[in-house]
Amino acid sequence: MPFIDPTGVNGETYDIIVVGSGAGGGQTAYTLTMDGARVLMLEAGRKYEPALETPMFQTPDLAPLREIDTPGKPFGFYDATVDGGWQVPGEPYTQTNSDTAGRFDWWRARMLGGRTNHWGRISLRNGPYDFEPHGRDGLGFDWPISYEEMAPYYDKVEMLIGVYGANDGLENTPSSPPGCLLPPPKPLVSDLLIADRSRKLGIPVIAGHRAVVTQPLDWKNIPAKLHPGNPTAQQLAADAMRSRATCLWATPCGRGCSIGANYQSVTVHLPPALASGKLDILTDAMVREVTLDKAGRATGVNFIDKKSGRERHANARVVVLAASACESARILLNSKSAAFPDGLANSSGKVGKYLMDTVGSSVVGQVPLLESLPPHNEDGAAGLHMYTPWWLYQEQHAGKLGFARGYHIEFGGGRRMPDLDTGAELEWLTGGSYGRQFKKDVRRYYGSFVHFSGRGEMIPNERSYCEIDPVVKDKWGIPVLRFHWEWSEHETRQAAHMQKTFGQIIEAMGGRVREGVETDGAKAIHTGGSIIHEVGGAIMGHDAKNSVTNRWCQTWDVANLFITDGAPFPSNADKNPTLTIMANAWRVSDHILERMRRKEI
Amino acid sequence: MDRRTTIKWVLAVAAATPGMHGAAYALEAVSGVADTSSVQGYGTDPDLLRVYKAGELWPLTFTASQKHTVKVLCDLIIPADASSPSASEVGVVDFLDEWISAPYETQRQDRATLLEGLAWLDSEAAARYGAGKSFVTLSNKQRTAICDDICFAPKAKQDFVTAANFFARYRDLTAGGFYTTPQGRKDVRYVGNVPLPRFDGPPPEVLKKVGLA
Repeated sequence: MPFIDPTGVNGETYDIIVVGSGAGGGQTAYTLTMDGARVLMLEAGRKYEPALETPMFQTPDLAPLREIDTPGKPFGFYDATVDGGWQVPGEPYTQTNSDTAGRFDWWRARMLGGRTNHWGRISLRNGPYDFEPHGRDGLGFDWPISYEEMAPYYDKVEMLIGVYGANDGLENTPSSPPGCLLPPPKPLVSDLLIADRSRKLGIPVIAGHRAVVTQPLDWKNIPAKLHPGNPTAQQLAADAMRSRATCLWATPCGRGCSIGANYQSVTVHLPPALASGKLDILTDAMVREVTLDKAGRATGVNFIDKKSGRERHANARVVVLAASACESARILLNSKSAAFPDGLANSSGKVGKYLMDTVGSSVVGQVPLLESLPPHNEDGAAGLHMYTPWWLYQEQHAGKLGFARGYHIEFGGGRRMPDLDTGAELEWLTGGSYGRQFKKDVRRYYGSFVHFSGRGEMIPNERSYCEIDPVVKDKWGIPVLRFHWEWSEHETRQAAHMQKTFGQIIEAMGGRVREGVETDGAKAIHTGGSIIHEVGGAIMGHDAKNSVTNRWCQTWDVANLFITDGAPFPSNADKNPTLTIMANAWRVSDHILERMRRKEI
Repeated sequence: MDRRTTIKWVLAVAAATPGMHGAAYALEAVSGVADTSSVQGYGTDPDLLRVYKAGELWPLTFTASQKHTVKVLCDLIIPADASSPSASEVGVVDFLDEWISAPYETQRQDRATLLEGLAWLDSEAAARYGAGKSFVTLSNKQRTAICDDICFAPKAKQDFVTAANFFARYRDLTAGGFYTTPQGRKDVRYVGNVPLPRFDGPPPEVLKKVGLA
C-alpha cells in the first residue's frame, strides 16, 4: 500500500484521512501508522523524491540566470520548492489591501512534503511563558495546554527527526533531556565575533537548534523511547534512522537533501509510515471539503483529482486537516451545508480568524575585521550555527520597551558560495571602482558581510484574518481566500527595536551598517506572510464560544474532525513554529489513537 | 506616466490581484526597445539537475555589434589579471545576453536599461570624439574617460545620472556573472562546496587575525 491512483480510494474506508503531507501531516501519518491505523494521505501537489531530484553541489553557473529567483522559483532555481510560492498559477487568493503594511502574502508549496522541503530547519521549543502569554501580559490568548504537557512530545520529535543544539538554561528557552539533541556544529569566525561583541552589550549568543543530523542517530536506543511496547514500530523507526546519512558539510539545506541528513517529511516521516504498510498516499489530490453524515459526523472528504479534473470522494472514520493553517481554514469555510451554513466547525465564527505570521526585520553590515581572511571552508551546516534567544524579559516586565513579547536573532556571515550578489552593490565601500581595482575590492570585501534577522512574536488581532472571497474561484472551481491584515504597534515597535539592536551589534564589531538602520518600525517590518510562519485561523481553546477546537485540536462541532498544522496555534511565539507543529501533531495523534481504541470516534 | 512607472503600477495591481500578473507583459509592445512578451519562462517545476546554457530556454538578443560593445565594457570592469581571466573570457557576455532576454519582470527592466545604456555609450563616443566613432572604436584611454564619468552614481554630474545608473547595474550583473564561474570562485578563494567528513570551524590563524585566538 504505497502511492495509489485516484481509483484506489473507491469503496475503501480508511481509519483516518490526513490532508497534507508537510510537518503536521507527516508527523500525524507517522504516529498513526506506527500504531497500526490505516491512513490515507491526500497531497495537493505532485510526488517528490529527494534522492532523485535534489541538486546537491550544483553551482549557479549551471542554472538559468545564475540561479536567481524568478516568479516560478521564488527562492532561487535550486530551491527545493516546486509548484509553489507566494503565487501559484491557477490558484489565486485576494487581498483587501495591496500596500506592504496591510497585505498578507500566502506561501504555498504544492508538492509532497510541502514546506518541509525547503525550510530553514530551525527547530526551537516554545518555552513555558509561550503557552500562557495572555496570563502574563493580558494580550492575545493562552494555550489550553502547558509546556509540561508538550515537553514529552518535543523530546520525541527531536529524537526522531534529529536536531542539533545545546542546553544553555536561559529564561523561557527550554533545555532538552539528555539524549535528545545532537552536537551543534562549530561556530564560524563571524559567529564568534558576533557572540563576543554581543555579550559585551549584554546580549546572549548560544548554539543554534536545527534539524540537521550531525552524528548518526542512536537507532539502537531511541526507537524504544519513541514507541514503548511496540516492537514493530521500533523496528521501522530504527530502519529509517539507519537509512539517513550524516551531514557532509556542504550544499544548502534549502535545496533539500538527497542523503536525508536534514529533516524533510518526505525523507523522515513518510518512509517508515509507508514501510508499515498502513499508509496510502494520493498526490495531485486537492481537497475541496469535508463531508458529513446526517448525524453531523465527518465521513471523509471530496477532492479534485488534478490530473483528470474530476471530483472524487474518500471515506474515513476520522478526518485530520494538516493542509497549512490557511488552507485548512479554507477547507472548513468551503465545507458548507444546511447544518453549517457558515462553514464547518465554525459555530464560534472563529474559523479564519487570528491569522498570524512572524515579525521580521533585517540589517546587513560590513565588518573590516572580517576582510581578507585566510581562505577556509565556511559552508558548515548551511545555516544558523549560533543564535540569540530573546533576552530582555526583565526590561520588558519593567515597562521599558514599549512593546509586548520578544524576538530572537538569526545571524550569519562567512565566505559562502559566490552568487549573483557577490561583487554587487559595493559602491558605498568602493566609491565606484572598476577594472583591476574592482577585482581587488571584491577580494577584500568577500566574506566580510554579516546579516541579522529578527524573528519576533505577533499578537493575534481582530483585523488579521482570512475569509472566502465571494467571487473569485481557483482553476478547480473552489472558492479562494481573501486576506485582511494589520500589524499593531507591538509588532512595528518590535521591528524598530530589532533595527536599533542590530545596528548596535554591528557597530560594536567595528562595522558599518549598509543603508543605515530604519527607525520607523512600520517601514522596517517585513510584509505579512513573508516569513512563512503562518499560524492561527482555527485556534484551540477552553471555550467553544471563542475557539474552533478543544485542547486536543478536535473541532468543537464535529467530534471526528481534527487539525494538526499551525491553524490551532492560539499564539505565535518568536520560536519558529515547525517543531511545535510536529510535537503537537504527535500529541494529538496519540489522543486520536486512544479515542479510537475506546471506540469513542 | 513613463514606462517604469507604468510597470510598477501594473505590478502593484498584479500583486494585489493574483492572476493578473500577465497584464504587465503587454506593456512591452509599447516600449520599442524590447519585446519578449511571447516568450515563456521555465515555469514552476523545471529539471534542476541538467546543465543549462544561454539561449536554450529563450532566444538571445544581442546583435554582433552589441556583443562587441558588451565584451569591451565587461572587460573594462573585470579585466584579466594575475588571479583570473577577464569577464568575457569566462562567458559573461553570453550570461548578460541570457539575462536581458529572459521573460521575467526584473530582467525585462534590465533589458531596457542595458540596451539603452549600450546605445548611449556609442552616442557619447560620437559626441566626444567625433561623428562615426563608437565606443568600441575608441582608445582605451577614451573609453576610460567616459567610464570615469559614470562609474559612481552618487557623484555623477546631472547629465550622467541615467548613464551612471546603467553602469552600476551593468557592473553588478557583470560581477555576478563572473564570480559565479569556476574561475570567479577561485579568484575570491572560495574553497567550499565539497563534502567533508567533519566540520572543524575556523583554523587558528583566522581566529588570531580577528583577535579571538
